[in-house]
Amino acid sequence: MENLVLHLDNIQKSFGGLRALADVNLHVEEGKTHAIIGPNGAGKSTLLNVCVGRLKPDSGRVTFDGQELTGKKPHEIAQIGVARVFQTPEIFQELSLIDNVMLPALSRRDGAFAFNPHLLLRSQSEIRDEAEHILGDVGLKEHLNQEAGSLSRGDKRRLELGMCLILHPRLLLLDEPTAGMARHDTNQTIALLQKIKERGMTKVIIEHDMHVVFSLADKVSVLARGKIIADGSPDEVREDPVVKEAYLGGAHE
Amino acid sequence: MKKIASKDSKLLLIFSGAVLLMPLWLAPFGAAYPDLLQKFAIYGIFAIGFNILFGLTGYLSFGHAAFLGVGSYAAVWSFKLFTMNVLPAVLFGVFFAGLLALAIGFVSLRRSGIYFSILTLAFAQMSYNLAYSVLTPITNGETGLQLTLNDPRWLDSLYKVAGEGLPSTELFGLKMSGYPGFYFCAIILIVCFFISLRIFRSPFGLMLRGVKSNQNRMNYTGLNTRPYMLSAFVISGMYAGLAGSLLAVTDPLAGAERMQWTASGEVVLMTILGGVGTLVGPMLGAGLIKYFENIFSSFNSNILHEIFSFLPDGIENVMVKVTGLFVGSGWHLTLGLLFMIVVIFLPGGIVEGAQKVKNLFVSNDQKGSAESSPEKQAVE
Ligand SMILES: Nc1ncnc2c1ncn2[C@@H]1O[C@H](COP(=O)(O)OP(=O)(O)O)[C@@H](O)[C@H]1O
Ligand SMILES: [Mg+2]
Repeated sequence: MENLVLHLDNIQKSFGGLRALADVNLHVEEGKTHAIIGPNGAGKSTLLNVCVGRLKPDSGRVTFDGQELTGKKPHEIAQIGVARVFQTPEIFQELSLIDNVMLPALSRRDGAFAFNPHLLLRSQSEIRDEAEHILGDVGLKEHLNQEAGSLSRGDKRRLELGMCLILHPRLLLLDEPTAGMARHDTNQTIALLQKIKERGMTKVIIEHDMHVVFSLADKVSVLARGKIIADGSPDEVREDPVVKEAYLGGAHE
Repeated sequence: MKKIASKDSKLLLIFSGAVLLMPLWLAPFGAAYPDLLQKFAIYGIFAIGFNILFGLTGYLSFGHAAFLGVGSYAAVWSFKLFTMNVLPAVLFGVFFAGLLALAIGFVSLRRSGIYFSILTLAFAQMSYNLAYSVLTPITNGETGLQLTLNDPRWLDSLYKVAGEGLPSTELFGLKMSGYPGFYFCAIILIVCFFISLRIFRSPFGLMLRGVKSNQNRMNYTGLNTRPYMLSAFVISGMYAGLAGSLLAVTDPLAGAERMQWTASGEVVLMTILGGVGTLVGPMLGAGLIKYFENIFSSFNSNILHEIFSFLPDGIENVMVKVTGLFVGSGWHLTLGLLFMIVVIFLPGGIVEGAQKVKNLFVSNDQKGSAESSPEKQAVE
């Protein structure tokens, strides 16, 4: 039984004369991991930008769990339960790791209009505990008080992932979450993402690393020049001659 | 975590002690007279409030003098209409400044960065010009708003016979000039410092830091940042209004020049000079600038001639001419130089400088235990 939660219908987006997205249709099943692959400049990041309200599509609509996302502001979309890891990490460079993870947790509760510092220290301690726990999950437990800006690119991604996870999103969008990571860290991230899969979180993942795609994805869509040229199970897509020619042929490791 | 709480109490204690004992420890510097001490406290409040906006959110307002001015006008009107008691005056000042900040902030916060700064500047200059033109019935234009013998002072007139001459401001009978005036301002300053400390350490403060660091990410965590920004703006506007009303408390008149952009610029300088985003920096910056203003602006050519009298006449005259540019009404030139030196060599302000000196001394033997200053530390 399919239970589709995320619908992208007839999405079009142009930048000047450049058609970044030409009529994209995508439907994602609840609790599943849907990978989007495609060459650079295919429009993958643009597609996610349309989902989180960073960009407005020229036409078409996005709905999640029956709720319209098109036209909503980023914070409203986030409140619906959509979180995103960006291609260039969006973190709080000047703050410590623990603050980075606690901030989303605080805004999740919207309990931040509180002027009592002890709130942060005591009764919010469960937030702190959770934040520490999540930093442990993403493998950054040793550096709680380090400034986030001093992390490596791969570590910044893992931090951003932690910042998204503490929001307990229902839909997690990941834009190349393992780019810039060493093999070992990539494997750790795969393990972590597999673990959250068990919690029933729906995920859309953009990835170049086929190892990551084939370990995580339930379904794969191939995007090229703003169009979905194929979709199906990882094995189907792997064997698809159109895909092989357009993309996998060269990039497969 | 407990350590932070006790560290904060210590900081508050030291701050209060230093403020209350200013008449003693500033005496060797020739700065221990009430007029100047009052200024230290009042501009300290102004800068501490400004830092809540600029230091935490990174939004640089160039229009805070408008709130200072409104605070002064509201306080003087309270003296004229109701009573010479300073409490209502201060409350009015804070209230009206907050109201104006709500309006200006609501519009200005639609933009960020330089556009925000320009919007605030435009609003402040507008207020300044209005004070000179259409609002003369309220502001008394160029003459400035003053007490007069025909003021109604309804509350006072109920139970007091007006004495001869103009009455002076008072707190339940205690005259607010000289040292009582200073201590009144000093106690308010300490309360203001305490509130700012609370804000810096609270979840609210952390949110504001988040906005400064990455507003995009704040949005993608589901937070609508605007109410937070507006609250910070209004709070800092109320601090400015408080400072303005205290200026009227110590000297009950209000003029439009208080709203001019130079006054807005001054509080920016104070904050940067002391250390943006630090707790005690703005107070230090405010004190230093008011101190230097007091010294340098009091120099005149006679004093300069005396200083350089040991030189031959020709050189003496040249020296007096050159240094004369930097003192008296030209003391802003000195301020400009001082400011450039700080921004170039110590972008973190005095607090950073003190930090560097401290690290120099504790570097070798006890580096491990050397803690970063409580001012700069975020909530742990
Ligand atoms: N904000 C933008 N303004 C103009 N062009 C853009 C913008 N964002 C993306 N593009 C262009 O759209 C195309 C798709 O970009 P993107 O979605 O980032 O590709 P991908 O993530 O698949 O590598 C690229 O040619 C890119 O240059
Ligand atoms: Mg991309």
